[in-house]
Amino acid sequence: MTGAASRKRALQFAIGTGGLAIIWQIASLFFPDFLFPSIPQIARRFLDIATTWSTQVDVLTTAARILAGLAGAFVLGVLLALVLNKSASLEAYLTPILILLQGIPALSWVVIAIIWFHGTEFRIFFIMLVTTLPAFTFQILDAVRSMSKDLFEMTVAFRPSRWTMFRVLVIPTVVPGILTAWKVNLGNASRVVVVAELVGATGGVGYELLRQQQLFDMTGALAWTLQLVVFVLVFQGIITAVEQWALRWRPRSERA
Amino acid sequence: MGVALAAALGTGVMVATSPQGPIAVTFDEVTKTFERSDSAGSLKAVDRLSFKVARGEIVAVLGKTGCGKSTVFNLIAGLAEPTAGRITVEGLDPFRQFAELRGKIGIVFQGDRLMPWRTAVANVLLGLEILGVDDRKAQEVARGWLAQLGLSGHENDYPHALSGGMRQRVAIARAFAVDPALMLCDEPFSALDEMTAQRLRAEFLRLVRETGRTALFITHSIDEALEVGDRIMVLHRPARIAFEADVGTKPTPERRAELRTRILDVMASEPPAPGAPSADL
Repeated sequence: MTGAASRKRALQFAIGTGGLAIIWQIASLFFPDFLFPSIPQIARRFLDIATTWSTQVDVLTTAARILAGLAGAFVLGVLLALVLNKSASLEAYLTPILILLQGIPALSWVVIAIIWFHGTEFRIFFIMLVTTLPAFTFQILDAVRSMSKDLFEMTVAFRPSRWTMFRVLVIPTVVPGILTAWKVNLGNASRVVVVAELVGATGGVGYELLRQQQLFDMTGALAWTLQLVVFVLVFQGIITAVEQWALRWRPRSERA
Repeated sequence: MGVALAAALGTGVMVATSPQGPIAVTFDEVTKTFERSDSAGSLKAVDRLSFKVARGEIVAVLGKTGCGKSTVFNLIAGLAEPTAGRITVEGLDPFRQFAELRGKIGIVFQGDRLMPWRTAVANVLLGLEILGVDDRKAQEVARGWLAQLGLSGHENDYPHALSGGMRQRVAIARAFAVDPALMLCDEPFSALDEMTAQRLRAEFLRLVRETGRTALFITHSIDEALEVGDRIMVLHRPARIAFEADVGTKPTPERRAELRTRILDVMASEPPAPGAPSADL
């Protein structure tokens, strides 16, 4: 993206979110605080949470749970994708299972995890893993299969070792797919972790949201939600930066 | 051998001599069949093909589309296994002794097949990386080949920023960089405009001759085969030698014209492929 285009995108983002904030602020003038708290109230609470260590621990705990779940699902997804790519018969058996897993709602997994397991952290890790694993597996499998046959044969003709082949061809080929998979699954994981924490945890953003609901505190609910949104935006920004660096070779049309 | 086969096929055109000196490539009664997925039986792509290529010789393999040229190419490269017969490249079986031929075969494909995420110099470095050449030495070699092919100043350009001709030069540099004994080329200039193709062909020939390498050049163009080959082999489907002739390094225009006419006759005498449109359409 050119500098002018990214400035335009930032301006559009500012206008969109600014417009929403203005509408909210106007609504807060006509409705009670427990329905529409004012923007300054939300901002103050947000800053309180962000600058107080005890509350930041909850945010960081949720962030760590998201990243641990995603990392686990990613590693397992890569291994599964490589196995499925090698064996058509295993793919025939495992694909229906992965599709079945994809169809089970996150809340069902929460219930199953609570019944099956004792430890809170393991329950949440299990839920994150099982809800994001199918998407990671399918996306990485697609990325591996998108490898150019021409480039594969060209590289094979140099007679590389398996590891060299993996390093010089497979990894660069699957990187775009992996980054997309992380971006997509990050959003999914942040929604699932809140559900998991809401029901089965004693800390984290989901647990805090449950407390705000019990206190009927809309300001707190919004401030805690924004903490998670900021984490997702920051992490998405990091992935985008990595993507721009890793895919800097891609040609861009001047009209893009 | 090729002469005898041509005679057996009754083409009546036998102008070849057997290759002299040490042998780089041998095809001995090689057959390759493919099983078709639609249970329509097998498809024979190469039929008891025998020929030899001497070290330092440039052989042009000519044939119509679908005659099995690319299968021959894949067999020599070790990318496919013969169904019957024996192939050797520098005394080794290119399929079964695959890794042992590392760095001995340089390949230039029809398309440039550059890795889009690598710069020009990084593409040339690919084979050297696979060979485990020391980084500084590899950089020196890769940049040297790019310079020889007129690409100084473009080392750090990505393929998308280069023209088709420049990309093919990078592909040629990549093949030469590993210092192969055999250059294997599959219609490497067919996607380029005539002027660029002519210039690149001349550069390619100069480099092959200067370095005394063996080259097997697959093409469907008679003029290109006459320009490139010390020897020409014309294949009929399924790949078998229908005509073989020595061209020499500097054939006279009369000799060229004579060979051209003969090759045209041989190619025209090949029955059409099943399902191919008839000539009078």
